[in-house]
Amino acid sequence: MSGSSAGGGAPPWVSNAVLPALNLAAALLVSAILIWLLGADPLAALKLLVAGAFGDSEAIGYTLYYATNFIFTGLAVAIAFHAGLFNIGAEGQAYIGGLGVGLLCLGLGGLPFILVLPLAILAAAAFGAGWAFIPAYLQAKRGSHIVITTIMFNFIASAVMTYLLVNVMIKPGQQSPETREFEPSAWLPFAHEILGYVGIEFGRSPLNLSFVWALICCVAFWVYVWHTRWGYRVRALGWNEHAAIYGGVAPARTVIVAMTISGALAGFVALNEIMGVQHRLLLNFTGGAGFVGIAVALMGRNHPIGIVLAAILFGALYQGGSEVSFEMPALTREMIVAIQGFIILMCGAFENLFRRRLVALLRPQPAAATG
Amino acid sequence: MGEFFFMLVLLVDSTLRVAAPLVLAALGGLFAERSGVVDIGLEGKMLGAAFAAAAAAAVTGSAWLGLAAAVGVSVMLALLHGYACITHAGNQVVSGMALNIVVAGLTVVVGNAWFQRGGQTPQLTGDARFAPIDLPLAKTLEDVPVIGALYSEIVSGHNILVYMAAIAVPLVGWFVYRTRFGLRLRAVGENPAAVDTAGISVSGLRYRALIVGGALCGLSGAYLSIAHNAAFIRDMSAGKGYLALAALIFGKWRPVPTLVACLLFAFADAIQVRLQGTALPLVGVIPVQFIQVLPYVLTVLLLAGFVGRAVAPKAIGIPYVKER
Repeated sequence: MSGSSAGGGAPPWVSNAVLPALNLAAALLVSAILIWLLGADPLAALKLLVAGAFGDSEAIGYTLYYATNFIFTGLAVAIAFHAGLFNIGAEGQAYIGGLGVGLLCLGLGGLPFILVLPLAILAAAAFGAGWAFIPAYLQAKRGSHIVITTIMFNFIASAVMTYLLVNVMIKPGQQSPETREFEPSAWLPFAHEILGYVGIEFGRSPLNLSFVWALICCVAFWVYVWHTRWGYRVRALGWNEHAAIYGGVAPARTVIVAMTISGALAGFVALNEIMGVQHRLLLNFTGGAGFVGIAVALMGRNHPIGIVLAAILFGALYQGGSEVSFEMPALTREMIVAIQGFIILMCGAFENLFRRRLVALLRPQPAAATG
Repeated sequence: MGEFFFMLVLLVDSTLRVAAPLVLAALGGLFAERSGVVDIGLEGKMLGAAFAAAAAAAVTGSAWLGLAAAVGVSVMLALLHGYACITHAGNQVVSGMALNIVVAGLTVVVGNAWFQRGGQTPQLTGDARFAPIDLPLAKTLEDVPVIGALYSEIVSGHNILVYMAAIAVPLVGWFVYRTRFGLRLRAVGENPAAVDTAGISVSGLRYRALIVGGALCGLSGAYLSIAHNAAFIRDMSAGKGYLALAALIFGKWRPVPTLVACLLFAFADAIQVRLQGTALPLVGVIPVQFIQVLPYVLTVLLLAGFVGRAVAPKAIGIPYVKER
């Protein structure tokens, strides 16, 4: 898999900054042309988008709330990429992570918050990791292609959750398939509450404590991947499986470890959505975050800093996009989905498009006689 | 007995209706994957084709022009996939995924801007759809016991795309196993270096495979919007592309087993619609989700080697880079 592919001869600053910027610019250019074809003004749309995403503290709160999900799923996809695996199943793992958080908050929601929080983190991680473990095990031990199995597991997760919510966990005497509301001790505090407590005025938004956890995960991710022997094994496997095996890396175990970490990270989406915002378990709360994670990981070059930046970009697209579609009816919310696709296409599938040319351009002109 | 037989006939009938787009898409995927290119983009091509078919049919009033537009759009998407994966050695899974997401967004955006119906296309009537075809003698034989029902309900009365799907299976089988192109196609998916050594262009073969696959996928998309239904609805492929991919894997990348897998998945779907809420002896009411999930669970079990063994084309997913 080329997710963590080599620099292709390009120096790091080109590979990690110039190329992603070029690919992103190309994706946005395609989007702009599309917007123009739809009869809207791309520049006006961009202005609306920026104002809608960063205009005031409320807008920033919404942007970062969306970004929280995308950081989790972006990290999830990235750790798998580092091991040379493509985890398309972050969506399903996040969904099942919600089951873990939901069960815990329903069962133990009466406990003090300081106890519920770590337990919920564990539950989200355990359920998400568990859902990723099966495809990981099948890939490692039986050679079943993880791309296909994780796609299948997304569908299976969706069916399992629908069944549980419609038939088992639904609040009695209610039509819509959701559980009862958790006790307030199982709610994550909102950012405007926390900041208000220390005297800072911040607009009301769904942004909550899980954003801090997302940033902690970023740091942990960085330490794990680049500064531990386990992370080294994961990267070694992703770079060159044969060399890794020769170097003493157990491929099966490393695949399983990387994928369970990936699933756990995806499961944390439930902290933001279920514990932070909805305060109940409901259908389809993931809303495609798992797929956005693919774009975020590709754009962020599988590095936490890049992932945070890409996640904020997508958060801004989601938040600002709704403002844009409000002002410009020709640009419906699905425009964001299309832009997301363009970004995956340009940053992922066409990542070599500019690379070769740029590498050729930067290479010092060799003496004629070499070769 | 009579009632049971009648129910069975209806069940088989709806199985065929559900299976037709799966068969067409899965056969499309067969070409791509046999040539060594992963085709996760079946879903997107199907959805894009469904939109193109409905939009073109609504504007021109002709189902055939709709079909042509569907095939055109699907082939374009396949070529884009090829340009990323074959020409630029991009990641095939990422590219397919990207196309799926682009199409999911674009169809609604463009549809909304074009028809102002929240992403739907206008209802199609008359010649803008493929109507069911009554085969000769269907009406005359209708009253003949057993055979009449079998002929007039199951064999006759489908739209032309269902018959195309039926013909496509032996045709693809012949093409892949009995022609020179088929031999090369299978070879390039197993060992592209050997094909290259023989002086045949790996890229050329793969592009051609993607074009044929795209065309078949276009038929399947058109089936959804201008034959089975009478308009395009947002996300109307609803995972059928992935189901077709599962069927292709379940069928071990061979035409006839793939057909069987499609029929099996479609039969499960038909049964699920019919069984909804009715209690069965011994087991009671089977939850809808349980049957819906069956194809995916079966595919995972197969991939895990618990039900047979699925061996993918050897070179699948690996971009071919000529050594210099």
